[in-house]
Amino acid sequence: MSIAVHNLTKLYGEQKAVDNISFDVKTGEILGFLGPNGAGKTTTMKMITCYMPSTSGTVEVDGLDNTQHSLEVRRKIGYLPEMNPLYLDMNVLDYLEYSAQLHGLTGSAMQHRLKEMVHTCGLEDVRHKDIGELSKGYRQRVGLAQAMIHDPEVLILDEPTSGLDPNQIVEIRNLIKQLGRAKTVVLSTHILSEVQATCDRVLIISEGKIVADGTPEALQQQFQGAESLTIELKTNAVNPVDQIAPKLRTVGSVVSVEVLSTRDSLSRYTLHIEKNADVRENLFRLAVVEGWIILEMQRKTTSLEEVFHKLTTT
Amino acid sequence: MNSLSSIFPIYKRELRSYFNSPVAYVFIVVFLVILGWFFTSNLFLMNVASLRIVFELVPLIYLFFVPAVTMRLLAEEKKSGTLELLTTKPVRDIEIVLGKFFAAWTLLAAALAPTLLYLITIMSLGKIDIGPVICGYVGLLLMGGVYISIGLLASSLTENQIIAFILSFLIVFVLFMLDKILMYVPDAFASTLEFLSMDFHFSNIVRGVLDSRNLIYFGSLLGFSLFLATVSLERRKW
Repeated sequence: MSIAVHNLTKLYGEQKAVDNISFDVKTGEILGFLGPNGAGKTTTMKMITCYMPSTSGTVEVDGLDNTQHSLEVRRKIGYLPEMNPLYLDMNVLDYLEYSAQLHGLTGSAMQHRLKEMVHTCGLEDVRHKDIGELSKGYRQRVGLAQAMIHDPEVLILDEPTSGLDPNQIVEIRNLIKQLGRAKTVVLSTHILSEVQATCDRVLIISEGKIVADGTPEALQQQFQGAESLTIELKTNAVNPVDQIAPKLRTVGSVVSVEVLSTRDSLSRYTLHIEKNADVRENLFRLAVVEGWIILEMQRKTTSLEEVFHKLTTT
Repeated sequence: MNSLSSIFPIYKRELRSYFNSPVAYVFIVVFLVILGWFFTSNLFLMNVASLRIVFELVPLIYLFFVPAVTMRLLAEEKKSGTLELLTTKPVRDIEIVLGKFFAAWTLLAAALAPTLLYLITIMSLGKIDIGPVICGYVGLLLMGGVYISIGLLASSLTENQIIAFILSFLIVFVLFMLDKILMYVPDAFASTLEFLSMDFHFSNIVRGVLDSRNLIYFGSLLGFSLFLATVSLERRKW
């Protein structure tokens, strides 16, 4: 079950919420939509789920155009909207039954799915409670349960872990991963660790455009810039700023040296280093020659956070 | 899958939401108290075995009550965002509108049903012509159906329930008042206005005549409002 998005554009008046984006999602792939708030993640998802028409461009789910075969497409999709709207006056089981019936499930097949979803989403204890009485975490699970009630082949989840506590987040992520093996999952988030933990592929979008597309690892490598190294030295130098910093600067590939702090015989520096260079060995040799003691050495590489920051701020 | 099979779950959910909250009970109780008060106080005064009071009073009570019953139907779903859930399920917009329409209509019928007790009481007090009474109830149901469809339309236009209430009240009030201002209108328009008014058709029915003209009037108004409500729901796609 694949999703194909071609040249999708959405205008809100003059403003381009989504600007001519195209991408494919293959079966069994978990695609993470990453972007700052207002980047167009939710709008794109609303167009995929047939809630909103596009201004131009097409969305195909399993080869079916989602405006011409809207009902067919909606039958294949399970959707968790952004704010997870629920009927607060219904109890959990009634609500899931309602969702199942809207998907045309009946009789024992429906009962079986209800039981399964209540179990999978950990809703046994609250299944007879009104949704309005539930905590945010439980509500989120109810939202997930209704999205998956008809065993859809495509899952569209708009910020599935928002409002959950760390344990629940891990649970939900595992659930999504487990489901993602057989299904096509698109999830949006602005939590970067979530993408690293769950997604096979990341799309970073900013101001309605796709600015990066690839596996989390590939993106990290692609956008790896200058590295930096933080070291702490113990020396006899009286004035480290004058005596040590220039010597550090002479090590090959070091671009600049920043003195972070000096206190008695201890001093800390950040060395900015050329791309793809490793100066740790040379630094060690220099320290031996000069008689410095290295107390700490920490290498920083570009994190997905930095990639994200670079791509989405201009 | 049958193309209209989702009407029933939506109907059931809507009805359950009426009866799970105080809305249905408050509505039914207040409806019956007002009606009962005027009915009993006038019955012995007039000393005639007839349900005329019911058929005169209910249309008035409808003016306020039907908008109150229908105002939340779509406006609330819009406001809370559940409409997004509903419309991304494989459900046609017309199924949503019809499911909700029938739920509100059922509530109205549930409020009318206890007034059959008046009928039983009166039948024991004197002879009553049953034909016009049956017609009258059919008329009340039809009129209520039209008001509900108008209320549903108003509710589909906004996410604010108060606005939905005022809007549907205005529309049904105009329909109700049309034949009461005939004397101020030039003769050329008078017959048209009269034909458009709710009371003209309703009073025909209450007299015991189920004329096709009256039925077409109620049916087309009801159908047209439901159609507009469906279109208004699809407006999100424009």
